[in-house]
Amino acid sequence: MAAPGVEELLARAEQDEASRLRQITVHKELDLEYDLGNLLAVDPNPPEASEFRRRGGDYLKALARGNTQLLMNQLWQVPTERVAETVVGRLPEPTLRLPREKPPPRARPPTRWEQFAKLKGIRKRKKSNIAWDEAHGEWRRRWGYRRANDPTKNWLMEVPATADPNEDQFAKLRRAKKERVAKNELQRLRNIARSQGRAVPAPVAPPGAPRSRAELGKELQVTRRSTASVGRFQARLPREKEPRGLGKKRRFQPLLGDMAAEKARQLELLGALSRKEPRLDVTRAANKQLREDEQEAARNRKRRGAGRAGSGKKRKGPGGARAGKKGNKQAGKRSRKGQ
Amino acid sequence: MSALDRVVKPKTKRSKRFLEKREPKLVENVKNAMLLKGGNANCTVTQALKDIYALKKPYAVLYKKKNITRPFEDQTSLEFFSKKSDCSIFVFGSHNKKRPNNLVLGRMFDYHVLDMIELGIENYVSLNDIKNSKCPEGTKPMLIFAGDVFESSEDYRRLKSLLIDFFRGPTVPCVRLAGLEHVLHFTALNGKIFMRSYKVLLKKSGCRTPRIELEEIGPSFDFTVRRTHLASDDLYKLALKQPKALKPKKKKNISRDTFGTTYGRIHMQKQDLGKLQTRKVKGLKKRPAVNGPENSVKKPRHV
Repeated sequence: MAAPGVEELLARAEQDEASRLRQITVHKELDLEYDLGNLLAVDPNPPEASEFRRRGGDYLKALARGNTQLLMNQLWQVPTERVAETVVGRLPEPTLRLPREKPPPRARPPTRWEQFAKLKGIRKRKKSNIAWDEAHGEWRRRWGYRRANDPTKNWLMEVPATADPNEDQFAKLRRAKKERVAKNELQRLRNIARSQGRAVPAPVAPPGAPRSRAELGKELQVTRRSTASVGRFQARLPREKEPRGLGKKRRFQPLLGDMAAEKARQLELLGALSRKEPRLDVTRAANKQLREDEQEAARNRKRRGAGRAGSGKKRKGPGGARAGKKGNKQAGKRSRKGQ
Repeated sequence: MSALDRVVKPKTKRSKRFLEKREPKLVENVKNAMLLKGGNANCTVTQALKDIYALKKPYAVLYKKKNITRPFEDQTSLEFFSKKSDCSIFVFGSHNKKRPNNLVLGRMFDYHVLDMIELGIENYVSLNDIKNSKCPEGTKPMLIFAGDVFESSEDYRRLKSLLIDFFRGPTVPCVRLAGLEHVLHFTALNGKIFMRSYKVLLKKSGCRTPRIELEEIGPSFDFTVRRTHLASDDLYKLALKQPKALKPKKKKNISRDTFGTTYGRIHMQKQDLGKLQTRKVKGLKKRPAVNGPENSVKKPRHV
């Protein structure tokens, strides 16, 4: 009595299990490809066209249900964890590679100082943040407010023996600082410009810096031409040479000289004026010819396409052909005028 | 100095943050979509754009005004809009006699058009036409593509990639399993692409995995593929290129065989045999040395 009972129970349990599984299984010829990171499934099975014709939207819905069930079965297999009383599944990394939005970021190119330092093997050395102040006899920060050995806080400055006694030494110090700041700003901007691939202008020599002979000459030329009349009425030094490579704007023939050449030139001009037919512009004519050829080819292709498609395309009728002819006539007229 | 004057530099922290947000990043942000209307867009196309906007919502910009432009002829205005709104995917809707109910779906790389595919809407049911409860805004949809054409044809393969790129939303490490309630199903059949959007209903199945039932919520489209503009292979490859810093670093001296067993080579120090534990015997036990003479010295000779 007991033995068949057990077997019966087992069989029933198995049936139960099978019927439950049947609810969530979907049969497919080819397996789906999944990308769980993107919640994506691709079904490579061709959909049944006949079934679609018969059932329409219901078929699409049934297909979608099957595929969704398969994707859900996969998603329910991922390792889960509890976060704030909900069950979340940990998704794997997406496997499908999609194009980026922007190219990957590039490293900032080294500044000119960094380049130079690398070439010379100069390494950065860390200075301590505090320094000993002799005057106050205490440790102070090296930079900024209340810094150690602050030169701007001197109440007394010595006038050097070589300096002008009326010159303000304090103002000189302030000016020098301002110039250093401006120079640094300029170099920073030059570094930015270089990093963005822009043209970087040649470094401007600070006022008073020694310049070479060639540089001076170039500057003189530029200043000569920097007048309202582009240096036309600028006085020259007694033995100054004409600058080279400036180029001439207008050229005049000599008033006296080769009579035969002059006569030929005048005759040519008169001939061109009195000619009835227009001058032949080879480039324009060639372009026109090319365009006409293209139009002709397109028309032929269209006509041949229409003939092949037959009743397939409705909109090509006599209207299209007429339009083509009209275009042809116009093209012909234009070409005659052009020649 | 003229070259230096052109160096644009943010003047405030806020504008600096704004520019930083748009810079190329190692791990990229979610692609934003812009939805544009052509010079003539009929009711269908306008409504379709609105519905796509509703699907894509936190990551989309819907432009309301007409833009008289043709993406397949001149892409400069698209590139301008892309730069303006920092969007890298777009849908351009238009309607004319030659191409009625037209949607151009495309994506950008570095503010230049990478791929563009023109889809004609043959049949359309709006999100509002189906009266039932919808999915909440910003739900990450499940994407399913059915049909062998998506594998075999190059145009369709690129279209599939484009659609995934468009609809997938943010990449997330975790997802609430019960919250997966939106499916976008694309079926390629009879030269058309049927896009359907369903809400997922989870039913009890008796197993751990629930049984799925679907309810259509719209929008649904029947698309035909018209013109395409696909990126050349080398440009596409360039766009796919992963930065070096993101690639997993290869670990040295570790290999795996076909069965998944890990083999590694390890380098060991020379063993100190002096500390080797042998059998414990009482006779070998270390004891503090008892110095006989020391003891004897301290002892008085006689008491």
